Amino acid sequence: MIEHRSHTYGVLGEFDTEHQLITAAEKTREAGYKHFEAYAPFPVEGLSEALGLKRNKVPLITLIGGLCGGLGGFFFQYWCNVYAYPLNIAGRPLNSWPAFIPVTFELTVLGASLSAVFGMLALNGLPQPHHPLFNVERFSKHATSDKFFLCIEARDKKFDLADASRFLQGINAHHVTEVLDD
Amino acid sequence: MSVGQPPLNSPELRRLSPVLEPGHTYATVTDKIAAIVLTRPVSLGWLAGFGLTFSFVMILNIAVGWLIIKGVGIWGINVPIGWGFAIVNFVWWIGIGHAGTLISAILFLLNQKWRTSINRFAEAMTLFAVACAGLFPLIHTGRPWMAYYMFPYPSTMGIWPQFRSPLIWDVFAVSTYGTVSALFWFVGLIPDLATLRDRAIGKPKQIIYGMLALGWRGSARHWHRYQSAYLLLAGLATPLVLSVHTVVSFDFSVAIVPGWHTTIFPPYFVAGAIYSGFAMVLTIAIPLRKAYDLQDFITMRHLENMAKVMLATGLIVAYGYFFEFFLSLYSGNKFDVFLVKQRLYGPYNHFYFALILCNILTPQLLWFQKIRTNVAMLFVMSLIINLGMWLERFVIVVISLTRDFMPSAWGRYSATVWDYATFAGTLGLFTMLLFLFVRVLPAISIAEMRELVAETTEEHK
Repeated sequence: MIEHRSHTYGVLGEFDTEHQLITAAEKTREAGYKHFEAYAPFPVEGLSEALGLKRNKVPLITLIGGLCGGLGGFFFQYWCNVYAYPLNIAGRPLNSWPAFIPVTFELTVLGASLSAVFGMLALNGLPQPHHPLFNVERFSKHATSDKFFLCIEARDKKFDLADASRFLQGINAHHVTEVLDD
Repeated sequence: MSVGQPPLNSPELRRLSPVLEPGHTYATVTDKIAAIVLTRPVSLGWLAGFGLTFSFVMILNIAVGWLIIKGVGIWGINVPIGWGFAIVNFVWWIGIGHAGTLISAILFLLNQKWRTSINRFAEAMTLFAVACAGLFPLIHTGRPWMAYYMFPYPSTMGIWPQFRSPLIWDVFAVSTYGTVSALFWFVGLIPDLATLRDRAIGKPKQIIYGMLALGWRGSARHWHRYQSAYLLLAGLATPLVLSVHTVVSFDFSVAIVPGWHTTIFPPYFVAGAIYSGFAMVLTIAIPLRKAYDLQDFITMRHLENMAKVMLATGLIVAYGYFFEFFLSLYSGNKFDVFLVKQRLYGPYNHFYFALILCNILTPQLLWFQKIRTNVAMLFVMSLIINLGMWLERFVIVVISLTRDFMPSAWGRYSATVWDYATFAGTLGLFTMLLFLFVRVLPAISIAEMRELVAETTEEHK
């Protein structure tokens, strides 16, 4: 049994509607499973709460990116036009900061946007060309189209192939299958 | 929309012209949109359209090639009119792009459901319009291979850009706008690319869509972060889009040229940008929904709402024209007063009157619901408004430059065949990219349509 487990990624169950998936996620959490994941073809309202997901780090990363872009942008312009290449135009101050604001603003937005997107991808572990779930035919066929899935993962301490399969069937999942890890 | 419906202004119409025709499920929206890309055979109409627009891109190649060989002297520009068609077209194209960002970002923040089926191609339109726009200042420099001088980079020459110049602000605004629009578009595409990956038949398609989908699998944790990132991008793109045309208007208003040096320019440029952009979205949406049978998804409600936005922004633009006119007269500044007279009685006054006709008088028809729900009329009006906005930029650029402070610095401007060829070429490039886009990427966001199905079925219960 232990040998077998090393090749199992988890057990996958399929649901027809987003409401069933939310109920299933709640029940799985109540049953004491920690490592399980829900899959949906669109962002389902209430699913994050059902899974007990807390606030994520994307906003923080975006804030940091925006601050770096803005401060970096402003002081770079300052350095360029005050130290590196000062131009005296009719005796106006070299640090004419209001004129630096448009570029500072643009670079703030640029820094924040780049960090939002790449931060989100990095936290999600993407790009990831292969995943064990893609071995399941019904998952590949329906997960990005019209069905909802819940996978209890083998790394969960409570995981047992037979128990988890029976549990998923008990919460009205159909097409319950084992997901292999290669 | 079918004929034989209740009175046009009844609340019944709201129910009868929904944002998504009833009866759709997750599977049907997925099938229908993905099929346009994956299974639909290439039609003769598509080939003809692509071929025609491709030939215009060849004209663009020749025009730009000749420009690089001979220099900007092949255009109609000369002192004192240094800014002819190139800047007119730049401002026009970048304005068109603004509607895409407005639809995808601002309407998203305002939770407007009707944005869902039009945001994807409107964003594509933004990207292609920004590409066309970016080309003009680049080739207008005369030595486009030196354009990198505008970016700050360390070099042995030890020179750095002058950051107090609006032209440098422009470089940063437009390149940031292009980058953020591309990011926004791509993030929106990831779940749909995964759908295409899973439905594609044949290895090459599976590999290409698979790589672009980055391994997306719809995990709830991924969606959780994805939604945060998307919302943040929308929040960032909103002030960005307002800033871009503001910065473009600074190119004019920071200068002291009569007719340019006015504080009304930023809001009036932004409103004009959104106005022309919505006109362009309609110009694209009307043939698109017809050609690919998307009337279920791009319903009368969408067209009508876009017409209303056009009417509203058109009125802001009209207000802008009026105040530009009024403030010039009220200021008592003789150069400003003179410029107003030049617009009304000068050698280019027919452009000014055509502009008033296209941008102020024509859109007043949109007050009538009969016209807002008449697809053919909307299409014609969208073309007229596109033309009107182009004329507006022509009036701003050319009339002011031909009538400077001193009569000795006055001049006349007329475009050459190369000006027209370059402009027609970018129209071809824009349309060709749209033709390619509808064949290789889903023109409507499938994931968001599924969300809409979920929401509308909820409402019906």
